[in-house]
Amino acid sequence: MAVIETKSLTYTYPGGTKPSINDVSIKVEKGDFVLITGPSGCGKTTLCRCFNGLVPHFYKGEMKGEVIVSGKDVTKTQTHELAKYAGLVFQNPENQLFALSVEKDVAFGLENLGFSREEMRKRVDWALNLAGIYDLRERSPHEVSGGQQQRVAIATVLAMQPEIIVLDEPTSFLDPLSAQKIFEVIYELNKKLGITVVLVEHRLDLTAKYANRIILMNDGKVCSDGETRQILSSEETRLIGVGIPKATLLYQLLRKEGLSVGKVTPLSSDEMAKILLEVFANR
Amino acid sequence: MIEIENVYFKYQSGTEALRGITLTIKDGEFVAIMGQNGAGKTTLVKHFNGLLKPSAGKILIDNIQTTKSSIASLSKTVGFVFQNPDHQLFSETVEEEIAFALKNFGFNQETIEKQITWVLNLLSLNQYRKTSPFMLSGGERKRVALASVLAWDPKILVLDEPTIGQDHEQKEILRQFIVQLQAQGKTIVTVTHDVEFVAECNPRVILMREGKIVADGEGKEILTNAEAIAQSSIILPQIAQVFAKLGSLGLPKDVIDIYEAKDILLRAYGRPEE
Repeated sequence: MAVIETKSLTYTYPGGTKPSINDVSIKVEKGDFVLITGPSGCGKTTLCRCFNGLVPHFYKGEMKGEVIVSGKDVTKTQTHELAKYAGLVFQNPENQLFALSVEKDVAFGLENLGFSREEMRKRVDWALNLAGIYDLRERSPHEVSGGQQQRVAIATVLAMQPEIIVLDEPTSFLDPLSAQKIFEVIYELNKKLGITVVLVEHRLDLTAKYANRIILMNDGKVCSDGETRQILSSEETRLIGVGIPKATLLYQLLRKEGLSVGKVTPLSSDEMAKILLEVFANR
Repeated sequence: MIEIENVYFKYQSGTEALRGITLTIKDGEFVAIMGQNGAGKTTLVKHFNGLLKPSAGKILIDNIQTTKSSIASLSKTVGFVFQNPDHQLFSETVEEEIAFALKNFGFNQETIEKQITWVLNLLSLNQYRKTSPFMLSGGERKRVALASVLAWDPKILVLDEPTIGQDHEQKEILRQFIVQLQAQGKTIVTVTHDVEFVAECNPRVILMREGKIVADGEGKEILTNAEAIAQSSIILPQIAQVFAKLGSLGLPKDVIDIYEAKDILLRAYGRPEE
């Protein structure tokens, strides 16, 4: 079942001279972990803004085509209604946080949905713990670091336990180990609770291994859409200038040199090391 | 030259962000400062242009002590590009953004025009000359922020997380660009979490932790030191991760470059009886 579907979606920002997304038709199935990537300015962020109705409700502009999220037509559904189904974590957390304490920010969405006090407490604590910021709960979100703000933004969305989580470079300010831990948390939620994940990222070395699908965008259009290994091994992906994980590139280089590395493109250092150990064992 | 002598810094909140930093960065060096969130990296580099003044110890920029100079005069030598471009950008158009500092430094109109054109071409921003920075994508705004600092040609360039939001190609452009600036004798200090970017540039790497320097050396040596890396909340570059897992093959572990990795593996594979 598709939880997100766009049909010939084209959108131009007010005052824009050309569409930021142009004739985009994609389907995201329930339980998918989809990675959207492509050069800077290719329309990834704009596409995500369509999933919770920020485009066109907040940004206005001109939209053609259709966006259906959890069965709702986005153009005809209010953003607070859409927020129940799709939670968005923005690129820049400052734009998202506003409450006096981290805890209140995380609780805000739940208050609006009329949860009981106990349920709210439970969910807020759960989300704070998952995002690794339980100790920061009484601090102001504006006095914590950029990386911690990103954790707050993630907790805010997790607390709502929406069907779909859309994350736009959600860990860019975090150190690599913390970023990796956050991605693992999100991956767990995807696997265990079946939450659909749409992740916008340039850093495929950190994230490719979690995704079952990659949507590659360029200049407002979708230019490839398919299974992760297939997209990463295609020549087109390399030509567009996507940062293919180094482990995957090493595999491709060795394959070109005639080493019998097998047919399964590795997505992580673990997979690549395993291939190499086999190659050397069978030498 | 940047000389830091036993510097301590305490925020008003009481947080001791720097605890005895001693460090020299020579002209023409390219240095990456890495470490976990809150390690004191950004606090340290904010001392270079006098945005912060040490609670104890001293900092000399080309032999001038930062406490005895103004931010305005230090900024002419030390250009600072912030992590979040939205903290830096405020003008109506990209062109005005870049012109702003140049006017403040008192350059004449002709030079300002020349510098704007030069820097816009350099960073492929020419098509956005008359565009509002706020209409641009996150990655593009980041380049505008860089352009506005490069425009006055500072001798020392501080880049706080320059690769955030940048795609693969832009990172490659940034890398070549840094090499080029370095060849002109400029000093580049970057604060970054981007392990793969650092692995490709192989600069001098300084690891910080809890306000102190815990490692300082060549990129290849530091980035393959699994223990130091883990303590600093970083991860090994992916190529080093692969080699760390090939222990039984007896290959070197200090490999971060993909082509070097390929050569080592092919050579090892070609000598089966050894």
